[in-house]
Amino acid sequence: MSNPFSINGGAVVAMVGKDCVAIACDLRLGMQALTVSNDFPKIFNYGDVYLGLTGLATDVTTVSEMFRYKVNMYRLREERDIEPETMANLVSSSLYEKRFGPYFVSPVIAGINPHSQKPFVCGFDSIGCIDFAKDFIVSGTASDQLFGTCESLWEPDMEPEDLFETISQAMLNSVDRDALSGWGAHVYVITKDKVVKRLLKGRQD
Amino acid sequence: MDDLIAKYSTPQDDFFDEDENSVHFQSTKPSLDLKFSLPPISQPTAFLRAATDDHANPECPIKIAHGTTTLAFRFQGGIIVATDSRATAGSWIASQTVKKVIEINDKMLGTMAGGAADCQYWLNYLGIECRLHELRHKRRISVAAASKILSNLVYSYKGMGLSMGTMMAGVTALEGPALYYIDSDGTRLSGNLFCVGSGQTFAYGVLDREYDYNLSVEDALALGSRSILAATHRDAYSGGSINLYHVKEEGWTKHGFTDTNPVFWKTKLEKGEFSNVATDF
Repeated sequence: MSNPFSINGGAVVAMVGKDCVAIACDLRLGMQALTVSNDFPKIFNYGDVYLGLTGLATDVTTVSEMFRYKVNMYRLREERDIEPETMANLVSSSLYEKRFGPYFVSPVIAGINPHSQKPFVCGFDSIGCIDFAKDFIVSGTASDQLFGTCESLWEPDMEPEDLFETISQAMLNSVDRDALSGWGAHVYVITKDKVVKRLLKGRQD
Repeated sequence: MDDLIAKYSTPQDDFFDEDENSVHFQSTKPSLDLKFSLPPISQPTAFLRAATDDHANPECPIKIAHGTTTLAFRFQGGIIVATDSRATAGSWIASQTVKKVIEINDKMLGTMAGGAADCQYWLNYLGIECRLHELRHKRRISVAAASKILSNLVYSYKGMGLSMGTMMAGVTALEGPALYYIDSDGTRLSGNLFCVGSGQTFAYGVLDREYDYNLSVEDALALGSRSILAATHRDAYSGGSINLYHVKEEGWTKHGFTDTNPVFWKTKLEKGEFSNVATDF
């Protein structure tokens, strides 16, 4: 209850498909048992990169704004958008800067590399250890449940439509077994020339 | 029948004759000498609290299923009893289909909030005691008496970590419709309207706004259901289905065990309530 990672609640999942990636988040913001808001998305877009942040809500906001600043500065200096792999290293080093007083967040990155066209997902702990994965990444208070649903539903080389169905079912069925997340979800399906964002109608209890 | 009574009640001396025996039966209190094993240490109560009370100690090793919204109110047409159906252990949703109303007999109901095992065990025990009361006295137990058996029982275990907040609703010839609140601190109150559990404040909010003793049966059932719905929406530890009962003179009737999901969207889309929930970007 006093754990900063589970005061506000929330869940994020990212998955790799065939030439596509998907990332989804729930919409709840709570204060322990009390649901304060059901419109608190946890996915933030930085050009070609999508960043999901779960954990303490104040840090989710702070960290998302910090990366908006850092990515904008990168774009001005380099005169190009940041690539997902570069973003992963930026997130990692930024988090480790706060090694002895960390942000209470568990970030997830999803994107397609604009040059190699390769799908990319990775996750982090709160002090910047990168978890590269070729299948899926989960984070948040429903991460145990997400591991279960993803392990059973995910398969390699899914087309965007199948990937959307899979990530949506994984997300909805996980948050239905977690008291601290849910109340609707956002899903992004990212292909090389298109991003589709959808609102999922989840259980409201 | 005598064998049955002998088997399940405290042993009687054969000394008493028929008449005295019946007097003795009436003065027989429910047996409180059930033997529970305790941890073999000097302060079992302190140990139990440290190990099981997640309110005092969030890191406690034994997580007991908690979290509930239950309500009951008296009105012109009897008593409405309504509950949610979620059981949680920490933030893990252990079940969405819990029966939190126990049917003590065909005219009396009890509700469960708090420790799931405590409520289940002691309300079942209460059911046994109420049946024994019927056999001993050849008439149905009053709600006042039944609630007092429970409150005395939990009081005898005070400080040992029992966790329950329960309501008892029933109709007897003696009392008419009667409603009692009993909790594990030993509190026992009679009243017109109670909400118990982690979602109680949300249920009170809706219930207090619309409650009137002269409500019609249909409106009272709708109000009970709507109050639980509000609580399941805002309280993380309440949810699942709405369990609705109506207690009246002929006994209680069940009015469904309804999943909140379709009820929520129907309430939102048809009545325009819950406008805080978005349906598009």
